[in-house]
Amino acid sequence: MIQWLRGPWPWYVAGPLIGLTVPLLLVMGNKRFGVSSTLRQICAACLPAKVPFFQYDWKREAWNLFFVAGILAGGWVAGHWLQNPVPVRVAPALVAEMKGYGVQDAGQLIPVSLFNWGALLTLKGWLMTGMGGFLVGFGTRWAGGCTSGHSIMGLSNLQWPSLVATVCFMAGGFFMANVLLPVILKI
Amino acid sequence: MIKYFFSGVLFGAILVKSEVISWWRIQEMFRLESFHMYGVIGSAVVTGALSVALLKKFRIRTWAGEPIQIPPKKFNKGQIYGGLVFGLGWAITGACPGPLYALIGAGFSVVIVTLLAAIAGTYVYGLLREKLPH
Repeated sequence: MIQWLRGPWPWYVAGPLIGLTVPLLLVMGNKRFGVSSTLRQICAACLPAKVPFFQYDWKREAWNLFFVAGILAGGWVAGHWLQNPVPVRVAPALVAEMKGYGVQDAGQLIPVSLFNWGALLTLKGWLMTGMGGFLVGFGTRWAGGCTSGHSIMGLSNLQWPSLVATVCFMAGGFFMANVLLPVILKI
Repeated sequence: MIKYFFSGVLFGAILVKSEVISWWRIQEMFRLESFHMYGVIGSAVVTGALSVALLKKFRIRTWAGEPIQIPPKKFNKGQIYGGLVFGLGWAITGACPGPLYALIGAGFSVVIVTLLAAIAGTYVYGLLREKLPH
């Protein structure tokens, strides 16, 4: 059992479990599954300023801060007690492509040669870790949700604006991965 | 509140063990080199949609006995512009907001910077909101 839990979980196990988060949160207390709203919550709670967008009673939605604290803890549990002993398998075409950019460390969940504290001092590292994060935070709030709030919760409730958002998430991602990222990786 | 914490623990562990938090899996998805992410998101949506339909059909109530309510999403142009911007960030960092938290928990400490940058991005959006098309 523990051996099976340690290996990578197949999509047909993980996907339905993620989908069940939607009814779980609804039944627990009428909560709509969504993660990016916690970024706004943190702004409202920690960055006092006269910005109308952050002047609301964040404590009323405090449940989602408990939820993401749980995600953090769940990441720790899975990363320490259920750590996969086998290197992450990556599509050979991607390994070959990344080797061309000098990214050799397929095997960990993220390429540590690109994302590490020392890399923050380089333009490439700063673009990927800092600028990338900025775009995630800016874009999700502008779109009114992220992969969880729109692509999972919104689509589960058959909301067409969430389908528009999801199509745009994918379009932006395809453009970055295939057109812009190769340029950034060559820096 | 503790029940939401434990739901988060489960969700975070699933994200790590299914490698949804992996930069490599995201790159594969955007290059059509693997079915994995499409399988995860697709089966999550099917499960979620079936669950919501059943909750509505049988008028299931919450643990506290309230009727379940899901407000509809209203369309605005932010879903297009913001969606594209988020997509760009998703493909560089290999992480959407949920995985950011899970990655930090799993021990990739530098992702704290990505999370802080995402908070900064949200803050700047809040400052510029009135000037952006919606």
